[in-house]
Amino acid sequence: MRTGDRGRSIAVAVASTVLFFGVIAVAVVTSPGWPEVRQAFFSGEQFRESFPTIVDAFWLNVKIFLIAEGVILVTALVIAVLRSLPGPAFFPVRVLAIAYTDLFRGIPTILVIYILGFGAPALQLHGVPNSPLFWGVVSLVLVYSAYVAEVYRAGIESVHPSQEAAARSLGLSRFKSLRFVILPQAVRRVVPPLLNDFIGLQKDSALVALIGPVEAFRQSQIEVAGSFNYTPYLATALLFVLLTIPLARFTDWLIARDRRRSLAGSAA
Amino acid sequence: MSDALVLDDVRKSFGKLEVLRGVDLVVGEHEVVCLIGASGSGKSTLLRCVNLIEPIDSGRIVVEGEEITARGVDVDRIRRRIGIVYQAFNLFPHMSVLRNVTLAPAEVLKLSRGDAESRALELLQRFGLADKAREYPDRLSGGQQQRVAIVRALAMKPDLMLLDEVTSALDPELVAEVLEVIRELATTGMTMLIATHEMAFARDIADRICFLDDGVVLEQGPPEELLTNPREPRTRQFLQRVIDAGRLAV
Repeated sequence: MRTGDRGRSIAVAVASTVLFFGVIAVAVVTSPGWPEVRQAFFSGEQFRESFPTIVDAFWLNVKIFLIAEGVILVTALVIAVLRSLPGPAFFPVRVLAIAYTDLFRGIPTILVIYILGFGAPALQLHGVPNSPLFWGVVSLVLVYSAYVAEVYRAGIESVHPSQEAAARSLGLSRFKSLRFVILPQAVRRVVPPLLNDFIGLQKDSALVALIGPVEAFRQSQIEVAGSFNYTPYLATALLFVLLTIPLARFTDWLIARDRRRSLAGSAA
Repeated sequence: MSDALVLDDVRKSFGKLEVLRGVDLVVGEHEVVCLIGASGSGKSTLLRCVNLIEPIDSGRIVVEGEEITARGVDVDRIRRRIGIVYQAFNLFPHMSVLRNVTLAPAEVLKLSRGDAESRALELLQRFGLADKAREYPDRLSGGQQQRVAIVRALAMKPDLMLLDEVTSALDPELVAEVLEVIRELATTGMTMLIATHEMAFARDIADRICFLDDGVVLEQGPPEELLTNPREPRTRQFLQRVIDAGRLAV
């Protein structure tokens, strides 16, 4: 592409972007209800007042999803491996793994959180925490492990059977073939969709608020209740977006890198 | 001389399709036997059965006096002693050449990392691949990849090598380097069972050639005799097609 063309296309992109968002902004700002909405949702004063407390509460979200993600990476892998075990002897194991993923992908996350958050502590199990926070995290782990297990399984099935044949014919056991040959290739391929599920999980950490713990969303509700102003909701939304964007760009970068690699590989 | 490999009435079906219909074959110690035959005649299936990648339906396979198709045999232990090289190389793409070669010696034979690496480097050196040890398979030519696959199998110090059309996926100019490696192996006395379409190579290297047709060993004998003066009409037909295709000079 010549430099002149490049400058021209940048100019066109800028102009069309300004025009597009300008029209939307004008439409919103000139709407009859705008003064009230601006007061209720975009109050700078309310933002300054509520933001620090919401940020404090947001650390609980970060804790929730970091712990959940760590556990999910392991449990989902175990479920995926169990589901891909061959032979009639493992039939019940496969059925169990399938039932698990069907169940937890089918029930809305919010229902799992309610059922476990209110039901499980009532069992008064020994040696298991009764806090809603604990059961909230367990719920997220159960739901998202089902999704991530399917992602892993897609990865495992994408590795050509000849790879396992090559490993087994060298005398490696089924387990060692899986560990050294199949899984490393499978996991590498599914990192982008896996991170995509984690972006969903980060947002859903707000659902834990519904059974009690005061995380960012719950904190913003408290702020709203005290001031009758909705700006804290926007502040919370901003925090979630700020956290998601780097992960989303990182995922895009990984996909682009893999595409470059596979193109280079096929050209060689 | 004891027999390295004995196949006794081996049968194998995939669904309704009977691929091996009673194969009898004996490979002696240090013998090089080439399997020839049309595509679909059962060459690859036979090799995969010997390596226990495919379970057989009936018959017996005996390696160095041990029946490997008996019930309750530890398949991993058997496969350690039998090296197999595939048409499509099947190197592990996420591992360096060195790691490809050391993986099984380290994990299966429990060699220390140092021992596994020196064994691997020695073999890579011998087959002209020493400078490729740190490369990944996708940086190598097809011929180099196939040589690495052979080295990977040799690193287990197998009693028997099975080669499944190892040059069929290669560009013509890369075939020679791989055949050269196999020739060298033959001179060291490695027992080999080789499925191949390279008739000139088979004539050159084999102690005996077996013609596989429709799931049975139809005819076998010394290379010159079988290739120039076959008894069976089916063998003659097959060889004529090969000659017509310019793959064998008469």
